[in-house]
Amino acid sequence: MTMIEGHRAFEPAEGIPVWDIDPYDEAILADPTAYYAELRAKGPLVYIPKYSVLASGRYEETKEIFSDHERFVSSRGVGLNDFRYGTPWRPPSIILEVDPPEHTRTRKAMARALSPKAIAKFRDDFQAKALEIVDALLEKGQFEAVTELAEAFPTAVFPEALGMVDHDPRPLVDYGAMVFNSMGPDNALRRKAASMIPEIVPWIMAACARARLRPDGMGAIIYEAADAGEITQEEAGLLIRSFLSAGVDTTVTGIGNALWCLASNPGEYERLKADPSLARPCFEEVLRYTSPVHTFGRTAGLDTEVAGLPIAEGSKIICVLGAANLDPEKWEDADTFRIDRRPAGHLAFGAGIHGCVGQNIARMELETLLTVLVQKVQRIEFAGEAVWRPNNAIHALDQMPLRFIAR
Amino acid sequence: MTRLIFIAHDGEQISVEARDGDSVMRAALSNDVDGIVGECGGSMMCATCHCYVDEAWADAVGARADGEEDMLESATSEVKPSSRLSCQIRIRPDLDGLIIHLPESQT
Repeated sequence: MTMIEGHRAFEPAEGIPVWDIDPYDEAILADPTAYYAELRAKGPLVYIPKYSVLASGRYEETKEIFSDHERFVSSRGVGLNDFRYGTPWRPPSIILEVDPPEHTRTRKAMARALSPKAIAKFRDDFQAKALEIVDALLEKGQFEAVTELAEAFPTAVFPEALGMVDHDPRPLVDYGAMVFNSMGPDNALRRKAASMIPEIVPWIMAACARARLRPDGMGAIIYEAADAGEITQEEAGLLIRSFLSAGVDTTVTGIGNALWCLASNPGEYERLKADPSLARPCFEEVLRYTSPVHTFGRTAGLDTEVAGLPIAEGSKIICVLGAANLDPEKWEDADTFRIDRRPAGHLAFGAGIHGCVGQNIARMELETLLTVLVQKVQRIEFAGEAVWRPNNAIHALDQMPLRFIAR
Repeated sequence: MTRLIFIAHDGEQISVEARDGDSVMRAALSNDVDGIVGECGGSMMCATCHCYVDEAWADAVGARADGEEDMLESATSEVKPSSRLSCQIRIRPDLDGLIIHLPESQT
């Protein structure tokens, strides 16, 4: 048996085009649009020999693969490694990297803590923090948007909502980036992530303890599920870890990308000012247009086929969500950012049973922030070049100097 | 194809031909039925596809999914015994003629 990137190497079935490309090349990760277009043009599935994976970039098939948890499992890892072979770098996530029936139990506890009703009580705090940060930035005029806004806002409000008694923004942001880089191949990005494990992982694991969580936060709801016997105490700790890995870097990216979209499309920002009720649809369009999570994998749990093309059991498939979200077959003027598009069915939060469990809180963070922005900020301008930060699963900005002009 | 009948809060009836295997939520969205939002796309993470299954169809449609009860608590309109999240109702040929009542509001 030949292994590539921790999974069984395989040959593609007849009819699947072979494409000699490295989708994890840093230049592609920084600017993926041409790669997305070529991936879609080549067919519903392509085979990438460098990593011995199939890649899907058209909307219909990507959605089919990504949402069908019966045929395409998550328990063998959502990165390139197949957890059936070898030991993952951390104990697998018990909500992300698991299938039903185990998944159903843990998901239920998480969904309860993150339902629209459960999180509604955080809205006023989110709004107040957004106002405080935006006011301070207006005072400065020009600022570094990635650190001073995109990171500053979620790292202030999310740990509070979770109920963390003390928190530090840096390990929170870095842990997410680490987890997402580890989903790629054994490249420089992943090796750098691995080198940060000794520094960050102990901090994160300690932060998951019940004693570090206030009784009024989302984390307490998870530990209450353990008290009720729905999950074990140890599982509760691992679910808190999921809040920390998936709840910070992702919304940091969402906010950065939203600011980039609005600074790049001043006409759309004008429309948002004219009708602030578009804040929520605006975020959906940011998600579709920029796909903060650009690629996640699945493993074929059995011999099957997609679009009439055979897929053998054990095949790793990378679902290129960024490509699917820009598929012109699905989206009219796919390359245009339109805040009133209301792109129902975009794949930025995934689909099906593994669809992002934190999507409501992400929406609330963005809705409150965008609402404050349009109240206070007349224009958002670039004050320098926006630079993207390559990551094996996340499409995020590294630097973005911005200027706010007050209303 | 399976026929579904949506009855809006104001009484308006909309009949749609839906694809078997799709969810009722998906069928409503692809036929522009107002009154179903489906913000989370069917991951059972919101309650904006809330609907009431007509009494005559309750047995055929069956029980709520695991976890659906919790999420229904987030629904904006009144939750009744017939309340379901339409993303959790899978369309099958024996549901031909299914009547779905829509709530007053989803948000």
